[in-house]
Amino acid sequence: MWEYTDKVKDHFLNPRNVGTIEDADGIGEVGSLACGDALTLYLKVDENEVITDAKFQTFGCASAIASSSALTELIIGRTVAEAENVSNKDIAEYLGGLPRQKMHCSVMGHEALEQAIRNYRGEAPSKAEESHHEGQLICECFGVYDEEILAAIKENNLRTVEDVTNFTKAGGGCGKCVEDIERLLAEARGEVATCETPSAPEFPAQGLTNLQRMHLIEKVIDEEIRPMLQADGGNIQLSDINGTDVFVKLLGMCSNCPSSQLTLQNVIEAKLREKVDPAITVREG
Amino acid sequence: MTIYMDNNATTRVDPAVFEEIRPYFTELYGNPSSMHKFGGQVGVKIREARERVAALLNCSPEEIIFTACGTESDNTAIRSALAAQPDKRHIITTRVEHPAILSLCKYLEKKDGYAVTYVGTDENGRLNMDELRQAIRDDTAIISVMWANNETGNLHPIEDIARLAHERGVLFHTDAVQAVGKVAIDLKKTPIDMLSLSGHKLHAPKGVGALFVRKRIPFRPYLIGGHQEGSRRAGTENTTGIIALGKACDLAREHMAEEDTQVRALRDKLENGLLKAVPDVKLNGDRDNRLPNTSNLSFGYVEGEAILLMMDQLGICASSGSACTSGSLEPSHVLRAMGVPFNFAHGSIRFSLSRFNTEEEVDFVVENLPGIIANLRKLSPFSAEKQAPACTKAFSE
Ligand code: FES
Repeated sequence: MWEYTDKVKDHFLNPRNVGTIEDADGIGEVGSLACGDALTLYLKVDENEVITDAKFQTFGCASAIASSSALTELIIGRTVAEAENVSNKDIAEYLGGLPRQKMHCSVMGHEALEQAIRNYRGEAPSKAEESHHEGQLICECFGVYDEEILAAIKENNLRTVEDVTNFTKAGGGCGKCVEDIERLLAEARGEVATCETPSAPEFPAQGLTNLQRMHLIEKVIDEEIRPMLQADGGNIQLSDINGTDVFVKLLGMCSNCPSSQLTLQNVIEAKLREKVDPAITVREG
Repeated sequence: MTIYMDNNATTRVDPAVFEEIRPYFTELYGNPSSMHKFGGQVGVKIREARERVAALLNCSPEEIIFTACGTESDNTAIRSALAAQPDKRHIITTRVEHPAILSLCKYLEKKDGYAVTYVGTDENGRLNMDELRQAIRDDTAIISVMWANNETGNLHPIEDIARLAHERGVLFHTDAVQAVGKVAIDLKKTPIDMLSLSGHKLHAPKGVGALFVRKRIPFRPYLIGGHQEGSRRAGTENTTGIIALGKACDLAREHMAEEDTQVRALRDKLENGLLKAVPDVKLNGDRDNRLPNTSNLSFGYVEGEAILLMMDQLGICASSGSACTSGSLEPSHVLRAMGVPFNFAHGSIRFSLSRFNTEEEVDFVVENLPGIIANLRKLSPFSAEKQAPACTKAFSE
């Protein structure tokens, strides 16, 4: 069990500003179910650019919930420009510190704030939300890009792979990316001057995080596959995605159609392979 | 108040065990290897402990080697099998083993160039026996499969696997740390070559374990030094631990029926109560073939550590298969190997009961946990409705 400060415990057990804002002026969404934590932040901003209200919803551990609660307390009453300067360190400090293994929770709070402000200003979402990413995807398990890692290393003066994992989650899963993280650490210390440029994507989903890939699959189903099936009186429901396995249920006319297996492969699977990833297999389930 | 439902992590030392070892901390502190009577009386007690452990497993006392823990037993078994058959370079194990086996196998793979086959499971955690059968090669040195899984409680078909290994001339080891004391084990009837157990999982203290090594199978010691344990495990004996383990095995024999009836009944009451009271909850593991004390439940759309800490506020101790409590960030390797979807894997809680749990405790948990889950779900940006209804439908039982 992690050692939490009383302030963390208090904000976990009695979180402030929980909920949604219907007519929010800015919304920031980060994380995913797959990653084990996610935060949606809502901002209400008045004509003087003052954040008059902030609310959140968080899926995650105690420190994720406490960090979100602390974040809202830190920004309500400040101007957007002031809020912009609130860093993950400020969130952690406000809570009297977080266990090192949990620093990524404060980073998630900071990212949600950035997204919400971008959204308020009408700018395109950054980092995890953007599918055409500038940088290189380092950690597939948690969808972390090189710039995020480099920024965390610089801002928090990180020295080891473990530090990077604690702050960004990169490296906390299968461990495949550990060597790349080591390279970035060396790069940040100035030991390596350049980093390789990523090769051009061979198929649309290359370089996407798990979450982005899921969204893309949902989008292709909603926008292209469903209308085709509906034209024949059928429908489709997405059940689960596990790596490249996509599980769907056929509904309506499709469900008792004798050629549903063909529909599954020739229509649905073919479309998803073309639009998302050639490795996809579609199954009923 | 403390409601302890984390017995697969460790158990309470039975008061009768504590009474048994008390004198060996105070008056009877001799070294069993000494020539004098003072040490000799401790040696006698260790012999008795060996007999008691053997009686629980139905093997002979000489086949028992005392170790420091389950991990040492596991490591010794695998390393001994490899050292004794230097030309065999292949190991078979499963994807759902305890780290005492998994991490060792990964290490042997990476550092010493051994080939390892990790056999998978179906979505209920049942081993893929065909995969296992096909994995056996001419140079397979050992097959190691746990008897019962620590997270789901699943019981694997150990007798079948032992026979299969036997027929193919491969050594077979089982990590029975979670099974000993909870299910009947008869080593006279099952051709298991080596079996690991750990004291603190059956109401003895931490720091003692045992390894059964069948007579006449090749054995190479892991710890080399003095002549203790017939030169098979050097090092001054952990006398109090060993005596405690002996007593605990004695008690386990006495309580075996109770584990299977009373503890099972309590577990079922808890499990059925929660499955009924909480929406979007899923049982992980094999409903019909698992330890009588273990229940692993996944609560959709909430994270395990948060549930654990809320329960802790009420004095309820359980365990989470979610990332946050384990130091790594991925959900438990066992649940992932079973293909439990992420939204459920992150919110998994393991309840593991013992004969010291009561009906009142179970009632208390069934009354209070649903509220905790509901509160956390209110906080969460995900919900059954938002996450395409299919997500929950497809995986609820
Ligand atoms: S790719 Fe980074 S931990 Fe798996």
